[in-house]
Amino acid sequence: MTLESVQTAVQTGPDAPPLSTAQVVARGRVRRTARRRWVIGVLAALIVLGYAVSLLVGQTFYSPAEVIGVILGQDVPGASFTVGRLRLPRATLAVLAGLCFGLGGVTFQTMLRNPLASPDIIGISSGASAAAAFAIVSLSISGTAVSALAIGAGLGVALLIYTLSFKGGVLGTRLILIGIGIAAMLDSLTAYVLSRAAMWDLQEATRWLTGNLNGVSWAQTVPVLVALVLLAPVLLGQSRNLSMSQLGDDTASALGVRVERSRLILIIAAVGLIAFATAAAGPIAFVAFLAGPIAARIVGPGVSLLVPAALVGALLVLVGDFLGQFAFGTRLPVGVITGVLGAPYLIYLIIRTNRAGGSL
Amino acid sequence: MTTSTTLTPAASSVAIVRRPKRLRSLWLLVSLGALAGLMLASVMIGSREVSWAEIMAALGGSVDGFGPAAVATRIPRTLLAVVAGAALGLSGAVMQGVTRNPLADPGILGVNVGASLAVVCGMAYFGLTSASGMIWVAIAGAGATAVFVYTIGSLGRGGSTPLKLALAGAATSAALASFVTAVVLPRNDIAEGVRSWQIGGVGGVTLESIRVVAPFLLVGLIVSLLSARSLNSLALGDDLAAGLGERVAIARAAAAIGAVVLCGAVTAVAGPIGFVGLVVPHACRLIVGVDHRWLLPFSAVLGAALLTGADVLGRIVARPSEIDVGIITALIGAPFFIYIVRRRKVREL
Repeated sequence: MTLESVQTAVQTGPDAPPLSTAQVVARGRVRRTARRRWVIGVLAALIVLGYAVSLLVGQTFYSPAEVIGVILGQDVPGASFTVGRLRLPRATLAVLAGLCFGLGGVTFQTMLRNPLASPDIIGISSGASAAAAFAIVSLSISGTAVSALAIGAGLGVALLIYTLSFKGGVLGTRLILIGIGIAAMLDSLTAYVLSRAAMWDLQEATRWLTGNLNGVSWAQTVPVLVALVLLAPVLLGQSRNLSMSQLGDDTASALGVRVERSRLILIIAAVGLIAFATAAAGPIAFVAFLAGPIAARIVGPGVSLLVPAALVGALLVLVGDFLGQFAFGTRLPVGVITGVLGAPYLIYLIIRTNRAGGSL
Repeated sequence: MTTSTTLTPAASSVAIVRRPKRLRSLWLLVSLGALAGLMLASVMIGSREVSWAEIMAALGGSVDGFGPAAVATRIPRTLLAVVAGAALGLSGAVMQGVTRNPLADPGILGVNVGASLAVVCGMAYFGLTSASGMIWVAIAGAGATAVFVYTIGSLGRGGSTPLKLALAGAATSAALASFVTAVVLPRNDIAEGVRSWQIGGVGGVTLESIRVVAPFLLVGLIVSLLSARSLNSLALGDDLAAGLGERVAIARAAAAIGAVVLCGAVTAVAGPIGFVGLVVPHACRLIVGVDHRWLLPFSAVLGAALLTGADVLGRIVARPSEIDVGIITALIGAPFFIYIVRRRKVREL
């Protein structure tokens, strides 16, 4: 809030007792936090609603009593398999992967101060995806080893992009362009790995190219849950440092942030989340990219975006997957839906920044 | 490829960086020699080696035995690699000239994916099967995408900066790629054909499809090469070009149409092949300088050499199977893209 706007705020209302600047700032903060809390509440409610709908509705409808029975571990004929084995892991992974992508994406966007610097645009998701596809298709390994490889690749790509774009300081725009180049290379590697597979399976291919939740089981869901439980608190713990790093490295370190250390923690945690989610569901297109800007628009400026963006991400994946399964004649992978929705927004964002004449 | 008419070294009012004529001619000979060598390699190398006698037998029209038969399938793919590479290199050089943008390339600008989407939609919704129909559709899609991306990329202050254009292209490619997947996935009948076509391949091509695409490529080639002079003027900036008597808008549109026809037609037969149009003109500029009357033919020759080489490499690396040429060019081209981004000053990006 600029000084003038504070002063106008102070001057409004001739009858009201004059407020000190500190009081106005405090009020603004209270109002913003209240709005953020409200938004978080609504988003969480929508996610619960979407989750419930994905469990109840499908080719066959099961009553809430049956679904709750399955969740409690009872043996319900029909529902035990359909809900317990198919819908439950799938909906759970949708929520978890969405949370991971939202958190990881907004962390990068805030840290690099550019909405285009999200992991799915600068190639980090592509790296994780190429590694996971290679591990599963070519080395036929599974489980945690895949996630480990995906994380290694994700971190490697992050390091590579950072090093390559370092030239007397890292510049956001250069980093993004270099990331786009790396992403192109990695995507063609993924395409190569897939084309070498014994039989080209289009469903499997879309998983590693755009993200897909078809045929998900608990074996894929659980590692993501573990990663989220371990890494999300780390990110949330850094949220203050993250907001201050937006002021620039010098200001942040003057405010007492250990910039390099904090950035390292943030990058590792964010890449970890992205990589685990990618190893399970593939690089679901544009979720990491969209979640942050959408959340920013809903909650308004001046508050931490981590939690709202995570929730927006979860909602996007959940709704995208549900639409992909049932809204069209055939089952479309979630990544296609989010891609079709997200890409026009990306173009809109570029048009808007170009119009504003910003340097991006 | 007789380009001697456009190579007349008349004293030009736009003398920019010039290399001695003899040196340029030498380089042209060297590249043509390299291209010939690569074409020969492309015919000889594969999962089965063939001897000289077998090649000669195959050229004589014989398909008896494995050797001549292998050669008979390799000849069309070699031809396509040469033609497609030349078209892509030329198209990239023209696009970089028209947009005055070092990152312009049919792949980066999303033009290839635009052509893909048009073709895929044509196959899925309109039962498009004829080769010439696919070419028209691909050219239309490529043109629409080129206009769209360029418009987005030039909005706002400073016109079309490399950064804005590259971002608009990347975003558009991503968007269109999602639509391509959405169209293809539900249709198992066309999925396999689209897949092999989409990664970008010159294998499995027949002389017939080259014959269909040839007139389009020829038109694109002539239009592009004829625009060399006006591209030289445009390189000085719109105002100066107008001052030199160039009708800027018409010249630019003509050159752009040539480039779009070239890459649209190539995409229709070989699928989207990225980065050839980016890498080749830059390499050529290092060799022959920035005079488009030399740069354009040179880009065509080197583009042909690059794509033929990439195709041969793809067959050597992954024996006895092969890697699609589009994957190889991406692996070669992306590092080059990064190199250009790194080399340019921050101001210009």
